[in-house]
Amino acid sequence: MTHLAYVVAAYAISALAIGGLAVWILLDQRAQKQALKELEERGVRRRSARTEAAR
Amino acid sequence: MSETANLTARLTALANPTRFLALAGNLVPWIGGASALVLAVGLGMAFAAPEDYQQGITVRIMYIHVPFAWLAMFCYAVMAASALGTLVWRHPLADVSLKAAAPIGAVFTALALVTGSIWGKPMWGTWWVWDARLTSVLVLFLMYLGVIALTRALDDQSRAARAAAILTLVGFINIPIIKFSVDWWNTLHQPASVFRLDGPTIHPSFLWPLLISAAGFTLLFLTLHLMAMRAEIWRRRVSAMRRMSARAAEGKLAEGQAS
Repeated sequence: MTHLAYVVAAYAISALAIGGLAVWILLDQRAQKQALKELEERGVRRRSARTEAAR
Repeated sequence: MSETANLTARLTALANPTRFLALAGNLVPWIGGASALVLAVGLGMAFAAPEDYQQGITVRIMYIHVPFAWLAMFCYAVMAASALGTLVWRHPLADVSLKAAAPIGAVFTALALVTGSIWGKPMWGTWWVWDARLTSVLVLFLMYLGVIALTRALDDQSRAARAAAILTLVGFINIPIIKFSVDWWNTLHQPASVFRLDGPTIHPSFLWPLLISAAGFTLLFLTLHLMAMRAEIWRRRVSAMRRMSARAAEGKLAEGQAS
């Protein structure tokens, strides 16, 4: 009797879970970068960014 | 400058989130690429390795199950070190590191449990037993969920950071329990066969693919952790900027009402 199906299931579930985690982190990065860009376009500056600019 | 002072200066420089963002941004493609390469070699070797005389093909599950279980504990150790960074040194990136690592650790712990269960059905004849090793890893998974919930439950970031750091350190007691559970109790789970005082008891044809896969998954964890830390730093900047702009708008409104 072959147990190939168990091996395939273990690898497939792992690939899906890790792939999903990576996509979730990438989408989160993109959302935060987009929000930062929008705030900067509205003229909002971070305190440290303002002091850097004043130097 | 002495070497210690040099090291302290370098760690302090890294405390600056802007500098960390740039450094991590440069590192991620390299560590990610190395991870893909090492994983391809390790898993390629795993499938070229002979089948086990008792376990047959199901021994292939070991090459992912064991690295996931190691990473479940490694990630918790990284979080405990970060918790010390928050409580003792108040390092600004320590809480970012803890919060970013928790979901990654939870995924690896869940995968260690699931892949172990899938191996257990054909080999033990059961998906699950309440032995000390399996139960202590399930407790680790629940700890991860607790830390994830706590880091996202409080609006006050510094209070959330302290609470999560304390919970993480209290939960660290579980790590030696997981490691030695197979020695302290009579478990269905096999005892350690790689990290033992008298050397590995596993044949080199299985050991090398396992160690290389574990190195590849560790690099993958570091890549994902750095990526998640960058996202978290940006999230904190966004919320700080939103607060500032709301305060400025309130100030203008108050001025308008006064005049």
